[in-house]
Amino acid sequence: MKNRLMENVNNFIMLMEKKKSVKFSVYGAVFLVMLIIPKIGLPMFMVRIMTMIGMYVILSMSLNLITGYTGQVSIGHAGFCAIGAYTSALISLNFGTNFFITALLGAVVAGIFGLLLGLPTLRLSGTYLTIATLGFGEVIRMVILNWESLTNGPLGITKIPRPVFFGIELTSLNGGLYYLVWILVIITTVVIYRIIRSKMGRALMAIREDELVSKLMGIKTVNLKIYAFIISAFFAGLAGSYYAHMIRYIDPNTFTFDTSIMIISIVIFGGMGTIKGMFLGSALLISFPEVLRFLQEYRFVVFGLILVLMIRFRPQGILGGQSRRDYKMPKGVNLEKIMKEG
Amino acid sequence: MLKIENLHTYYGNIHALKGINLEVEQGEIVTLIGSNGAGKTTTLGTMTGLLKATEGKVFYEGTDITNRPPYEIVKMGMSLSPEGREVFPQMSVEENLKLGAFIRNDKEGIEESFKRVYDLFPRLLERKKQTASTLSGGEQQMLAIGRSLMTSPKLLLLDEPSLGLSPNLVLLIFDLIKSIKEQGTTVLLVEQNANMALSIADRGYVIETGKVIIKGNAKDMLKDENIKKAYLGSL
Repeated sequence: MKNRLMENVNNFIMLMEKKKSVKFSVYGAVFLVMLIIPKIGLPMFMVRIMTMIGMYVILSMSLNLITGYTGQVSIGHAGFCAIGAYTSALISLNFGTNFFITALLGAVVAGIFGLLLGLPTLRLSGTYLTIATLGFGEVIRMVILNWESLTNGPLGITKIPRPVFFGIELTSLNGGLYYLVWILVIITTVVIYRIIRSKMGRALMAIREDELVSKLMGIKTVNLKIYAFIISAFFAGLAGSYYAHMIRYIDPNTFTFDTSIMIISIVIFGGMGTIKGMFLGSALLISFPEVLRFLQEYRFVVFGLILVLMIRFRPQGILGGQSRRDYKMPKGVNLEKIMKEG
Repeated sequence: MLKIENLHTYYGNIHALKGINLEVEQGEIVTLIGSNGAGKTTTLGTMTGLLKATEGKVFYEGTDITNRPPYEIVKMGMSLSPEGREVFPQMSVEENLKLGAFIRNDKEGIEESFKRVYDLFPRLLERKKQTASTLSGGEQQMLAIGRSLMTSPKLLLLDEPSLGLSPNLVLLIFDLIKSIKEQGTTVLLVEQNANMALSIADRGYVIETGKVIIKGNAKDMLKDENIKKAYLGSL
């Protein structure tokens, strides 16, 4: 009974996806609504939640590249986030550099740490890699906590400057922070989309399915896994930098194991290996605690319950396991022609 | 075409290959037979760069390819279809085949390979949109072999293609291996089904506990009383 319902939902979504006109009008409508959200007098906290959702879309999208598409589970993504945040915050405080440059630097430094973590650990498989990333996240937190001369230790960094765009300070009030995060979301989405539709993306998915055979097909599995890890860390760092300049205060407890778990929950919940799932997952999981606020201290019980039910009845995630697009072959290979002749 | 000299491989502390010597000439089917744990799969793994040799050399068309990474070896034209019908389970038949052509950019060549694979295995053409994990055992084996052919190999290595298939399918698969050879691809066939393997092969090697113990002409080996007793059963 349940399965049939799910099947119907799947079929419906697939049908709608095929109709280009439906697709474009839905996307267009969503885009317009998103565009006017800060301007229609919604309560401030709602705009803030929308902003947080945007940030988590970037984070889950970055984790999705390695967990959803490549099959490498990381539960230390908050570590990359923290590196991006601290790098960006410290540079802008000490040198007065503009956010757009410090954020890029924060992302690059996080990417470098992705390489440093990836080089020794990506030869590990499955669970071992996951434990290594868990350790990495904690190591980063402890270093930030104890390296007081640089990070100000447990007191954290305060008065981080707001992003400034051509002389305009971006705040929650003028909606600038909201637009900024969603522009970053668009950039992230386009980059990740291009990657997974490329030959590299095809190889990453092959690695997820069967690493041994991927090697035998001539795929450079170790290199590709490291590239994916660097890109993933880069975007996690970018989201971290954004967070630092949005909240204007960071301390070692800003990016903890809970953050990492939240990110991976979104990836699993939304649907591993899908892009739309990251939007849906972030929207639902970030707004759950707010929507359920009337339950007071029981709301995280409900939150947990929803996750358990999800794993039981739809382990592939809400949008998982249905979007399939054909791989692109090298330019000009005409398979239809072969079919006819064969 | 392929020459292996005194090859040694370890799994941790276990000395799996203890000096394998083996040769494959262009245009042959050579079979490597032996019982479980003799080192057949290890030999293939070491040749293709999945495992590291501690001693000895592998030459392919005169080039030393010992311990080169798998992607270089595939590019040189040696492709392994691994044991146990390992297909990409969540991908369609066609996507599996496309991944076989991953390293290639020659447009006509890829089209030709597709045509060749679909000609050899019409079942794959019928099921090109089907998810690989839902194929039957025999079809998955065909897909694994077809995918290896998509790399356009000069030397095809097959690891136990008959494993777990019904007698009829085994006959079919061995027939197809003969056709692959006739199309000009050299085949190194690793098998436990010694009888069948020797009947289509030109030459054979028997290995036991990491060493080649018998080698020779396949037809002679089929008649050899000792081999019959040890590997062919009393048929």
